[in-house]
Amino acid sequence: MSKYLVDKFLFTIDRDHELTERYREDPAGTLAWWEAEEANRILNCIGAERSTWLSFTDEERAALAGHDHVTLFQLGAHPFLTLTLWIAMFERDFSEPLGMQLEYARKLAHLAKPYPDIAT
Amino acid sequence: MAELVAILATTHHPFYYKTSRIPAEEAPPFAAEWVRQVEAYRETLTRARPDVLVMVGSDHFHQLWLDNMPQFLIGKAPYYDGNWENETREFGLPKLLFKGDEELSAYMLREGIDRGFDLAFSNELRVDHSITCPIFTVRPQNDLPIVPVYTNIFAPPLPQPERFVQLGQTIREIIDAWPSDLRVAVIGTGHLSLELGGPRQFGPHGPDPEFDARAVRWIADGDIDGCLAEVSLESLHAPGNATHGFMDFMLMMGIAGYRKADYAANLDLFHTMEAYFTWYPDPGLITGPPPASKGTLL
Repeated sequence: MSKYLVDKFLFTIDRDHELTERYREDPAGTLAWWEAEEANRILNCIGAERSTWLSFTDEERAALAGHDHVTLFQLGAHPFLTLTLWIAMFERDFSEPLGMQLEYARKLAHLAKPYPDIAT
Repeated sequence: MAELVAILATTHHPFYYKTSRIPAEEAPPFAAEWVRQVEAYRETLTRARPDVLVMVGSDHFHQLWLDNMPQFLIGKAPYYDGNWENETREFGLPKLLFKGDEELSAYMLREGIDRGFDLAFSNELRVDHSITCPIFTVRPQNDLPIVPVYTNIFAPPLPQPERFVQLGQTIREIIDAWPSDLRVAVIGTGHLSLELGGPRQFGPHGPDPEFDARAVRWIADGDIDGCLAEVSLESLHAPGNATHGFMDFMLMMGIAGYRKADYAANLDLFHTMEAYFTWYPDPGLITGPPPASKGTLL
């Protein structure tokens, strides 16, 4: 489990317009690039001071590469980060106001409380 | 000493800015009443004639991140930029610039630390919609210096609810003791029941109307003990997965103390209950005619 790294991916992709578009169009390729180049970058440090130990599990990699927000929720990814990024990527594909958000919720409807722990 | 002229505790709704600017013929059915409620609430701040605003909110993973997460943080800077790219993208919120009151920031940090809160600080802070939303609603001219106070209601482990109340009580003591002739208002925003990124999000009402009904009574009645008796970090998961933002209301109750609000109103919106509370610690500091309304909850 590398919940922190999943959250870091969602966080850094969401806050950069170019990366948001890239992840929408090519999720597997963006994820592979990000894990190789960005996953170990400490956000306010230079490259020489990268971390050396962060990587995804296969399950996390599959969920992120598959735009699978249901599995991300079940893995304990921070729901605010996932939602915000999904709005940025997919709201445009729905014609009704909040159409994307309601579809997003419907796909999670089978999940009962308590929700997965989001602590990192 | 400084005069604490008003305490405002409210929900923050990032869609208000955009909704309030839609022409009437195109606006959704709830827009007109929402704008009316907000304008009535704005008057509760205007009549207090503040000189400086202490703004309590919570960063939504914008500047504060999991590699370095403070529990309670006070901004100390001469200026603060406001709103982030993804808030402009998602909510249509414009960027804006606030003046800061560094003297009050420094005083709150020193006194807060000495009174038992090891506060983090920031000398360069871009505030997010938890702080800009109430400016758009209650002080749209954005003409007053601010001191931002950020709490962690977002990234567990979180401080206990009692700690939010205690921080509010401490902020009250600090403002009351501030050697200044300025009139201070505190504006804090949080949530009632709320779900974001989960199965109950964006329903026709907030995810737990029963919790909301109890919560607005705790706040309106100044029932700090009743609230603390029923609210825990564990219990806040039940009304909705983002309901820990209610602890910012508890902080504001700590500032107001054990007393009824002077203004209290709420509005049932499509996925959340909006709520608006104001206390006047010393009504003698408020001049002018009495308010037209005390709100729908009083």
